This record gives sequence, C-alpha cells and structure tokens, in this order.
Amino acid sequence: MKPAAFDYARPESRGEVLKLLADTGSDARVLAGGQSLMAVLNMRLAEPALVIDIGGVADLGYIEIRDDRLCIGANTRQAELLAWPELAEHAPLLARVMPWVGHFQTRNRGTVCGSITHADPSAELPLSLAVLGGEVVLERRHWRRGRRVVPAAEFFQGLLTTAREPDELLTEVRFPLARADHDYRFTEVAMRHGDFALVALAAVIGPDEIVLGAGGVADRPVVRRIPRDRDFDTELNIFAWSLGAESDAHASAAYRRQLVRELGHKLLTQATP
Amino acid sequence: MTRIAANTPCRVRLILNGKERVGQAESRMLLSDFIRHELGATGTHLGCEHGVCGACTVRVDGVASRACLMLAVQAEGRRIDTVEGLCDGDALGDLQAAFKRHHALQCGFCTAGILNSCAEFLDKTPEPSELDVRDMLSGHLCRCTGYTGIVAAVLEVAAQRRGAPPETSHV
Ligand code: FES
Ligand code: FES
Repeated sequence: MKPAAFDYARPESRGEVLKLLADTGSDARVLAGGQSLMAVLNMRLAEPALVIDIGGVADLGYIEIRDDRLCIGANTRQAELLAWPELAEHAPLLARVMPWVGHFQTRNRGTVCGSITHADPSAELPLSLAVLGGEVVLERRHWRRGRRVVPAAEFFQGLLTTAREPDELLTEVRFPLARADHDYRFTEVAMRHGDFALVALAAVIGPDEIVLGAGGVADRPVVRRIPRDRDFDTELNIFAWSLGAESDAHASAAYRRQLVRELGHKLLTQATP
Repeated sequence: MTRIAANTPCRVRLILNGKERVGQAESRMLLSDFIRHELGATGTHLGCEHGVCGACTVRVDGVASRACLMLAVQAEGRRIDTVEGLCDGDALGDLQAAFKRHHALQCGFCTAGILNSCAEFLDKTPEPSELDVRDMLSGHLCRCTGYTGIVAAVLEVAAQRRGAPPETSHV
C-alpha cells in the first residue's frame, strides 16, 4: 500500500498555508502528524493533488490557557498534551482520555487537532470535544471573513465529515476548563487497548445534570443531557437505542447497545475517584 | 517554502544510526521504503503499512514513530535510528541480548519495531512496572511469542541498567 503521486509543499508560515489552500481547495490535504492522513493516503482512500505539510509552521504549536479555555494549536502533538504537567488540573477529562488515544508510538507524532479534524466517529478526542462543549477555530485566506469559531456540535457532521470548508485550516481547538463542582469520567471497550473504540463513553457530571457522550456507535460523537434525578438505567437504554448502532465485523449492534448500557451504568454510578 | 512536484525524485539527506546518508525520493515515498530500498537498511520490516502493526517502528530524533506513516521527504535533516543501530559493535546490545535469552522472538518479523519502542521507552521510563511495559507493547502486534518473553526481557534490562545484579538461571 503506497500513496498515489502528489505534489508536496512545506510552507513556513500560516499565510503560506492559507494561500496554498485557497489556490488548491479540495485537491489539497493538510499533513501534520500524519497518523490519520498517511494511513488514508496509503490505502488510497484519498488521492490529493497536493499535500501541504504544516510541520514547519512554528506558531501553530502551543498549549495555552485563554479565557477559561484550554487552547491547543494545530501542530501540538498528542504526546505533548499528555506530558503537559497541568493537564490533570485544568482538563481532568483529557488526562483520563489521552492514554486511550492510539499508542505511545502514534501519540509521539499524531496531533490533537489532526485527530479532531479527521473526525473518526470512534476516536476519543472528538468525543471529548463534543462532551465538553468545546470549539474549533477555522481560518481561511479572506480579507474580512478569514476566521470563524465553530462549536463541536456543529463541527462534526458525520463519518470523517466536518464543517471545515476545503480552503480552511483548523488552526486551534479549545476545550472548556474544568469546573470544581463537576466530575469528569471516561471509559471504553476496544479490541486492543489503543485501537479505535467499539464503544467509548465520556461523562461530565454536574450538580444538576449529567452530559453523557458516546463514540464508536453513531457516525459522529453523540451527546445527551440527563437530569440527575432521572433513573439512569432507563435513560441509558433510551440513549443506547437512539444511537442507531449497526453491526460490523467487530461487533453486533446489540452488543454495542449493551456496552452503552453496561459501561454507562458503571460510569454514572461509580463513586468519584 | 519547500515544494516538490509529483513523480520527481529529489535528494533526501538524513542521519541513519549516526551516519549521514543521502538518497533519492519522490514526494510520495514512505520513510520505511526509503530506509529499506534507497539506503539498504532492511532491518526495518513492514507489516500493514497503515500504522496498526508496529513492525516498521523506528526512532525519529529519538522518538519511536511509525516509518510507514511518514514521508521520506519529512525526514530531511533528521536523526533516524533503526534496529541496526542497537547493537554494540559486532555484539548484540543489552536489549537484543535479553530478547535472545528470554525467547522474546520466534520469527523475528515484529522484533525490530518492538526493540525501537523499547529503546525509547527505557530511556524515559527507567523503572517500569509490568503494566507499563504491556501498555507500551500494545502498539505492536506479535503473532508468535504471546508477549510474555518480551515483557520479561524488557523488565530485566530495566533492572540491569539500574545496576541490579543479573539473574543467572536462564536455561
Ligand atoms: S508497517 Fe508500519 S505499522 Fe505496520
Ligand atoms: S516473533 Fe514472530 S511476529 Fe513476533
């Protein structure tokens, strides 16, 4: 499995990237860590005319806190986020999730933004963004409307499909910071630790309400709000059926629904760690 | 800005196991194919070519990475370490010797990649638990060994490097 031929560009500034995207549009693909895109190219699921390697753009790699958001630039690797000393304090959900994202060998190169813009429905980072109600920043070359901020709920539109336009670059992802009276939990079942999830569940447990998200079942991460005074098992059963699970080579639809019920029960009823 | 047109070989220069090497690569050539076919270092193996099996794992600037998920042109100017660099002159390095002692390989197809992961892992995690080792190994598929020997070998090398006396009773 080898990629089809493509032109390769390694721009050194954000402006150069946006110009290339403006000129090439849907014939171009952006390469950052390559842990999603290179597999897609190798399998020839995409045959772009131009691959734009943004690895040389220095100002796209950062982890910053700005206005109660944890902001992560497009070149920041998953391993850097996992090693960030303040992760557990500011983003306890991500601290739980990151060890499940791929393997250490792929986290070494894979980027946080890359996983989110790839939008695999069973990937953990898109699920985390959806459950936390985060947002992404998309930039394009335009004299006036060059930049927009899109909430996760609008960004993920289906299997490997997002609201990003072909001439836009996802420059930053923003996760809301942890709130002291909230509890953050995550669990998943996969064929092998680090593989894509059969079912992944993330929960934000607030004083009045639980925000529960599921990955790996529908064509995108799905979020449901559950008031705390409801019967969890009934709610989980409704949630499991609402996801439209399908059977594939790895698991039947019934097994996936059962995982949502069982993992959900454990996640919502276990004592706070 | 670097630009390379499709189907046009260009020169790639990198440091392979401490020696500067130069070869020709088209933009679409994978780092794994460049190392094997252009530079002749065939110790790096290819299983799946989409990032799942870990056989092709090398170290890029010291960091374990899939060579099948990287373009040769992205390795320009970088330090690439492969299994060939792990030996100690003509003798096996400590990690390789431990693999041999513990029967941590049978066909050996997966081994080069695993050794490279272990090399970075032990640098960063000098006192690993068995769970840490198994977590690190989850990025590799080995169809022969059942992993038990691999775990034992890695734990032994970690202990040796910390100065613990070697265990003697390997049959
Ligand atoms: S050949 Fe690269 S991971 Fe399998
Ligand atoms: S030794 Fe044969 S695959 Fe690992």
